[in-house]
Amino acid sequence: MRELNAADITQAIASLVQTANTNLPQDMCAALARARAQEVSPVGKDVLKQLEANAHLAARESIPLCQDTGMAVVFADIGQDVHIVGGAFEEAVNKGVRKGYCEGYLRKSCVKDPLFARENTLDNTPAILHVRIVPGETCVFRIAPKGAGSENKSVLRMLVPADGIEGVRKTVLEAVEAAGANSCPPMVVGVGIGGNMEYACLLAKRAAARDLCSENADPRYRALEQELLMAINQTGIGPAGLGGVTTAFAVHIEWAPTHIAQLPVAVNINCHAARHAEIRL
Amino acid sequence: MHTSTVHAITTPLESATARLLRAGDVVRITGHILAARDAAHKRLVACLHAKEPLPVDLHGQVIYYVGPSPARPGRVIGAAGPTTAGRMDPYTPQLLAEGLSGMIGKGMRSAAVVEAIKQYGVPYFAAVGGAGALLGEAITSYTVLAWPELGTEALADMTVVDFPAIVAIDVLGNDIYTMGRKAYQGVKS
Ligand code: SF4
Repeated sequence: MRELNAADITQAIASLVQTANTNLPQDMCAALARARAQEVSPVGKDVLKQLEANAHLAARESIPLCQDTGMAVVFADIGQDVHIVGGAFEEAVNKGVRKGYCEGYLRKSCVKDPLFARENTLDNTPAILHVRIVPGETCVFRIAPKGAGSENKSVLRMLVPADGIEGVRKTVLEAVEAAGANSCPPMVVGVGIGGNMEYACLLAKRAAARDLCSENADPRYRALEQELLMAINQTGIGPAGLGGVTTAFAVHIEWAPTHIAQLPVAVNINCHAARHAEIRL
Repeated sequence: MHTSTVHAITTPLESATARLLRAGDVVRITGHILAARDAAHKRLVACLHAKEPLPVDLHGQVIYYVGPSPARPGRVIGAAGPTTAGRMDPYTPQLLAEGLSGMIGKGMRSAAVVEAIKQYGVPYFAAVGGAGALLGEAITSYTVLAWPELGTEALADMTVVDFPAIVAIDVLGNDIYTMGRKAYQGVKS
């Protein structure tokens, strides 16, 4: 059994939240450049140019890409042969979020209570933590800060089996149309299909946080991703919602077995500031 | 869609200038603007209802829906891009009645706000959402005017120089989000 110190987890999370918020992943930068070459709307081209300049500036000056540095969503895959020592696991993660957001000059956007006392927690805790126990001796932490503009446009539909592929298509396109400019397109559209109510949402969130260059292992879902992407890019929404042919960079679908009477579909949209960073400990 | 010339505009925005701007026009804004988002809007409107004095005279002001990230030492501000304007819609007509001369944010507005835009002749500008680092560069001063306890949501005065934006809804009620979408609907890349 391998030992992993809670303090090391804290340190890793603290640096990950800063990296994720200031450095746009390489594949997103490449997608921005490609889109700028292909965009037919002059205004759209100008928006994409601003977004490229923004990404360069943010990385160079360690300024967040976007002021909404989000809630810190943490996916933790914990190797079952790892023994965490020197502190409680959740606390170690939250300490890392606190340290990273405070030392990194990131915006603190969490309130204590959603309804009665909307007071800022002042350190962006608590993190939204998703843990899986996996075989092996390694822990993988993936951080995906997520702002409210795109998160507020999330959709869950409890479709029935008869709604089929057409129902999924309709759900995704309606979500994108409703999101429009508010989700800061060009977006990455995460879709979760199957499972049950909460699991479909988690699948959608995982899908939205996938690397842009990642590929669906199943050719049928891969084809559906491509088809949906083409349809989304023909909505006309365009960069920043000001009109154009670049509305999304990718559609990612994650799926899971479901009930004989169910077809849950969740959509979680990530903005062009599709931030994530990962570390293996 | 036409490519338009860049209008250099200064605040407070004159109504004669506002009337010339059309949805889709590119602008560069220079001068003082007010930073206020959800919580500051709620308080401003609460002051109006209670007939209490406002912490700042809204007449002629251009309001920017923004909640910046903290400044690193040696910088004026952190990232400072627009937030979703639609959340301010319930408060906006009352603030336009108080004399605002412009608004900057991102995303569509409600039908009631579009009506108020036409009635008061106050354009709504869009800045590029998520270009926070870049937009922060156009801000040369940031001073909290009221409610510091709101942190990023405090009411603040900003000086901007050549702040890049686009006319999203003009004083006739034309709206670039609808026009832009229509122009490129069905077009393949
Ligand atoms: S949707 Fe994304 S890019 Fe746009 S303001 Fe929110 S976090 Fe920033």
